Amino acid sequence: MKFTGRIWKFGDHINTDLIIPARYINSMDPAFLAAHCMEDTDPDFVKKIKPGDIIVAGENFGCGSSREHAPIAIKAAGIACVIAKSFARIFYRSSFNMGLPIFESRDLYERVTEGDRIEVDGDEGWIRIVGVDLEPFRVQPIPPFMQTLVEAGGLMKKIEKERQRVL
Amino acid sequence: MGMTITEKILAKHAGLKEVQPGMLINAKVDIAMGHDVTAPIAIAEFKKAGGHKVFDRNRVVIVPDHFTPNKDIPSAQNSKILRDFAREHKLSHYYEGGQIGVCHVLLPEQGIVVPGDLVIGADSHTCTYGALGAFATGVGSTDLAAVMLTGELWFKVPETMKIVFRGKRNPWVSGKDLILHVIGQIGVDGATYRAMEFTGETVRDLSMADRFTIANMVVEAGAKNGIFIPDEITRDYVQYRAEREFTFYDSDPDAAYASVLEIDVSRIEPQVAFPHQPSNVRGISQVGSIKIDQVFIGSCTNGRIEDLRIAAHILRNRTVAPYVRLIIIPATPEIYRTAMTEGLFEIFLDAKAVISAPTCGPCLGGHMGILAEGERAVATTNRNFVGRMGHPGSEVYLANPAIAAASAVLGRIASPDELKGVPPL
Repeated sequence: MKFTGRIWKFGDHINTDLIIPARYINSMDPAFLAAHCMEDTDPDFVKKIKPGDIIVAGENFGCGSSREHAPIAIKAAGIACVIAKSFARIFYRSSFNMGLPIFESRDLYERVTEGDRIEVDGDEGWIRIVGVDLEPFRVQPIPPFMQTLVEAGGLMKKIEKERQRVL
Repeated sequence: MGMTITEKILAKHAGLKEVQPGMLINAKVDIAMGHDVTAPIAIAEFKKAGGHKVFDRNRVVIVPDHFTPNKDIPSAQNSKILRDFAREHKLSHYYEGGQIGVCHVLLPEQGIVVPGDLVIGADSHTCTYGALGAFATGVGSTDLAAVMLTGELWFKVPETMKIVFRGKRNPWVSGKDLILHVIGQIGVDGATYRAMEFTGETVRDLSMADRFTIANMVVEAGAKNGIFIPDEITRDYVQYRAEREFTFYDSDPDAAYASVLEIDVSRIEPQVAFPHQPSNVRGISQVGSIKIDQVFIGSCTNGRIEDLRIAAHILRNRTVAPYVRLIIIPATPEIYRTAMTEGLFEIFLDAKAVISAPTCGPCLGGHMGILAEGERAVATTNRNFVGRMGHPGSEVYLANPAIAAASAVLGRIASPDELKGVPPL
């Protein structure tokens, strides 16, 4: 998994109501959800971003409601991956389950400004700021079990494969 | 080395003698729950994976509680997905119309979740059932789909934080105030990935309603689950409700805890969480004069009969302040009926409150009481995030039902002590 993109920066405790407000979650249409992604924290976010852009956030990203509409909205908006100091646990599980790449890095946040371009190598576990001569930032390695989810293409694909093997 | 109650329940459901924090396990799930926001995605995933049959039609529970009675066409479409799925799979726990209650109040009340269970729900407040001495945690829709198909799910065994409540509670201090105080102490990520186990002499006197409120809000500190050691109060609550055999687990004396937080509850006054984090708490004496436009008493946090009785106690022979809306939503049909029989509705109607059918409704800005720009609400709910109950420029203050009722009467955030002649509870 390799990504290069422009970053959009958010602070600590970005909850799932901010990522996709409840007034939109009676839809599960990814394109509709994407059109309202981050609306209550930055109403112009969706207009500004380009496919392949990256979200960089502080602590506890995705806290609050369990709505999977949140990672769906981010992915469908064209965001390539989310890098945060830490993630709330339901959002963390759901992202791996539904295939939104997420990475934990404690050091990157303070060193980047919005608009920077970064290069992420999820396999080797590093992030580089494009055009800046700095040691690459280490990414928290993806735990081996989560890696099997990534390789299978999400939780349901993994279960499908296992069931086929049994049958 | 001994185990905590959380570790014992996880070990039992994983078929292991022992588990330790950090271990990844695959565990059998007793009850899997979804509602009208999260289950439509789970059902789509279930079908996409070739699912034809749920693992057990008695253990997959669907409660359309968020946007029901259907508030618009998309909500009606979602409810229809759930209804068709429930019918196709002959689910024994599906709820329609006047059977619907707020899921986290309904499931314990109906004896569907019982002590010793491992429960997952595609809703973050699934942690509520920990009050019964069950392991219960919120997951996403895809996790729910996996359980509907297989009856199992992977878990990382959490470390446990012990919260010890000691001392006597002050007047008007309830479970809501204890958990708001804890969240204020440790922060909204103070328990991330952890179990929170509540013990201490004060806990032994807490009603089940207070315990549900406390367990409900552990996710606001990031916790995976909250849990109480079941006791005689638990037994009184479950013995005539439980639809399955239940097991009481206890933590071993030599169980390991990641941390221990001791709290002297006699130092806590009623708490109010200011916008826009549940951790942004102040004691009621430190609130100052904050005018309000709406009060909501209800939700999976504080929509139980005990909460409505407290509200009625304060609202009796009083009316809501001019230009303030008071919305009261009993969380389940059983609570609705009890409130009606006990005469609480008469008190609420005389006070000029709105009484609604059970729904999550305004708690998440769904329907039944959306806020306009610049409006302020006191709510007995669990979240005061930006835009949580409506316009992103509105504000939510979280409090217990006594504070909420007194605030409705005075039109500003207030303690019942500011009203003349309210007898102690």
